[in-house]
Amino acid sequence: MATAERPPAEQPATAVQVRDLKIDLVSSGNDIVDAIAMEVRAGEVLGLVGESGSGKTTVGMALMGYCRPGGKVTGGEILIDGRPLAAMAAGELRRLRGGTVSYIPQDPGTALNPALRIAVQLSEMLEAHKGQTSAEDQKARIRETLEEVALPNDDEFLRRYPHQLSGGQQQRVAIAMAFACRPHVIVCDEPTTGLDVTTQARVLETVRDLCHSHRVAAVYVSHDLAVVAELADTVAVMYAGRIVERGPRDAIFATPRHPYTRKLLRAVPDMAGKRAVVGIGGHAPLPGNRPTGCFFAPRCDLAIDRCREAFPLPTEFEGGHLVHCYRAEEAPSELPTGGETQAPAQAGDVVLSVEHLNGHYGSAHVLHDIDLEVRRNECVAVVGESGSGKTTLARCISGLHANYTGDVKLGGDRLAESARKRSSQARKQIQYVFQNPYASLNPRRTVGQTIARQLQLFGGGRRDTGKRVAECLERVALSAAAVNRYPDQLSGGERQRVAIARALAAEPSLLICDEVTSALDVSVQAAIVELLRDLRAETGLSMLFITHNLALIRTIADRVLVMTQGTIVESGATVSVFETPSAEYTTKLLANTPTVEAALNR
Amino acid sequence: MSTPAITIEDPIEPGGVGQEVMRQRQWKVLLSATMHQWRSRIGLVIFVAMVFVALAGPLFAPHSPTQFVTAPNSPPSSEALFGGDNLGRDVWSRFLYGGRSVLGMSVAATIIGVTLGLAVGLTAAYMSGVTDEVLMRISDVFMAFPQIVLALLLLTAFPSSVILIVLIVGLSHAPRVARVIRGAAQQVVERDFVKAAEAVGEPRRRIIFGELLPNVTSPLTVEFGLRLTYSVGLIAAINFLGVGLQPPKADWGLMINENRLAVTVQPWGVLLPVIALALLTIGSNLLTDGFARAAIGIDRGGE
Repeated sequence: MATAERPPAEQPATAVQVRDLKIDLVSSGNDIVDAIAMEVRAGEVLGLVGESGSGKTTVGMALMGYCRPGGKVTGGEILIDGRPLAAMAAGELRRLRGGTVSYIPQDPGTALNPALRIAVQLSEMLEAHKGQTSAEDQKARIRETLEEVALPNDDEFLRRYPHQLSGGQQQRVAIAMAFACRPHVIVCDEPTTGLDVTTQARVLETVRDLCHSHRVAAVYVSHDLAVVAELADTVAVMYAGRIVERGPRDAIFATPRHPYTRKLLRAVPDMAGKRAVVGIGGHAPLPGNRPTGCFFAPRCDLAIDRCREAFPLPTEFEGGHLVHCYRAEEAPSELPTGGETQAPAQAGDVVLSVEHLNGHYGSAHVLHDIDLEVRRNECVAVVGESGSGKTTLARCISGLHANYTGDVKLGGDRLAESARKRSSQARKQIQYVFQNPYASLNPRRTVGQTIARQLQLFGGGRRDTGKRVAECLERVALSAAAVNRYPDQLSGGERQRVAIARALAAEPSLLICDEVTSALDVSVQAAIVELLRDLRAETGLSMLFITHNLALIRTIADRVLVMTQGTIVESGATVSVFETPSAEYTTKLLANTPTVEAALNR
Repeated sequence: MSTPAITIEDPIEPGGVGQEVMRQRQWKVLLSATMHQWRSRIGLVIFVAMVFVALAGPLFAPHSPTQFVTAPNSPPSSEALFGGDNLGRDVWSRFLYGGRSVLGMSVAATIIGVTLGLAVGLTAAYMSGVTDEVLMRISDVFMAFPQIVLALLLLTAFPSSVILIVLIVGLSHAPRVARVIRGAAQQVVERDFVKAAEAVGEPRRRIIFGELLPNVTSPLTVEFGLRLTYSVGLIAAINFLGVGLQPPKADWGLMINENRLAVTVQPWGVLLPVIALALLTIGSNLLTDGFARAAIGIDRGGE
């Protein structure tokens, strides 16, 4: 990596320059993104951060001269190596894509052609851009590329099909394809979102090394601030189709000045456990419904009258730190700390105990001799990577997966394996909140009908149902106006609140939360975590919190169980597991989990 | 597509700013998207016109359908607008009377077939395993016979009656409907809200009809339209072949059979019912097709 250590006086060439980019919806003429300005120099990584719907992917795609159907570039310009994209003919654009600007997709499982061998996919890419070369040269090039992404490059591996690779390997093949033609610019669209932390750490390292060693300018689109902190040199924060803050990484993370960035950072779980996550109330406005003035003003604590009049022009701070906020100079510059973390609760009697549980999927033995206990008013987290069996465990406990041996005891009584064979009382006591709120609510039933049915099943009589539904909604901080809404009229966070309200309507003693925040944005995740914490404090509810996100549980769980390959490798109080992990696997997991703090201290 | 959208202003999350939700109730959106297509509009006009002719036709008939008013196979004249049929009855009057039976029997058969197919399809999709296998293999056996052959077989074995025809046609639709509905419902069964219902111990019947059924209404509607089209054709064919309704009943299928020998001399006795049957099936097919297209565009699994 000799080229990476250039003398600082020599400014590398600007590879990507975006000026005042505006992309409109063709149908309504409303802008999806507007006034986008950024530049990326060779060898530099720009992190483009934003929550879903902020327009970050739209901007990323635009760098390749591509607009999703329904969108159209209506203003501004994009220069790649100093040449405007708008002036290029179709053929030229085609050569540009993959050759000069390449793309790493979010989901390699769908981006790779399942019917083609790895070698064929890579050679197609080379042929398209480098023209016909001899088969030997091509083979050598493919081997070199695979070696760069730390994949085996023997003939056996080259003959494999995508389905014969793990998720991380697939993503590295996609990265190899992106780097194969030595592009000048690379657009990464959340390439690690579907991966486990261990795999993610390796993939991030690969991307970082390749960008530096080949002097590639990278735009890394992501919603994950911790990942961006690990990887990026400069960061641009997007909100509702605008860049609200842009600057060097350290400035953005250590001295954020835009209120949105500050709130976003407060919503990121903190592994050190120094502060509790805080959500951001409200929604980001959609195209066509954005207010005049600053788009964040309706959700901003610092908003003044001026904020509602015109969108603020950037104020520049040292180091090229640009902030679109009228009050940027007044805002305190360091990241707020404090906020109360979870006080260790007074745990009571044992509510749930699982003894010698062995779970099977067909003939596969997926859970090995699991023991666990959840006490009253206690939150126990089960942490594990995908395939560790944590969801299967949760489903065994709730009676949704009946193929197991061993005992699941509720208040000392052994429960039948399947939910259908359990007593109504047992079903009432254990309530399950699903991972994906987009699938766990019946789209053809209103929120009111969904909750009323639960009350009817478990709440006894039918009187006052309307009033009690409203009470249930109130407990999850939804207004009574939600009663007549269908799930498709709600945001993801609102849907998850409804799912929680449905579970609480049964007045359970144990709430199983299966990855309840993994489908949600970080600010919404924080709000849901806050809600669960408050509910616990109010009602003394016990919780079994299933997650892959280590940082998230630091502030909510009392005890942690770490699972891998169907066994529990470590269990103990949250603080001790985080600070003095005993199992090797836990140590590895902790080391691989990206955090903003760790990235800044490096 | 300029569908009118309702705006939901009131925030439902605390501190929410209110979000414009560009969605109405799914059904309204679906209907409006259907009606934005020319095929559906044309289909609707044709279908409604033919249903009107079939239902209200007898009110406008100048003669009784069984009355002899003119010479057999006589060309159009002042007493018979479209001439006389093979026995000298008024073709126009018989045409106006002849739609009710076709339409009524078709609708009844379609309702029976779709209801039965729906119940079988949903049950098979939800129960899976052995139940699924048994139900679908029985369906396969029924589907191995072409519908018309099955109908002819049963109608020659048993004395023909309106109820029997309706039942046979309905039964022959059921396995075809079941197969489509099973396919649609299998995707719904996989979703978490069904698991949620199981976790709280909802009775199976409620899961099938309360959770699954509302989520397969789009394919169900398409199936209904399609099966109605086939019913019309099938019932007309049964009557034409002479194993269905018997003379002197006025019926479009029967009319074609009665007048086909004289088609070169007096074409109206065949032409009128043929045109009517064609329009009825084309109309309902266009309408169904428009709905199916709208459903594909809009109904992406309710998300």
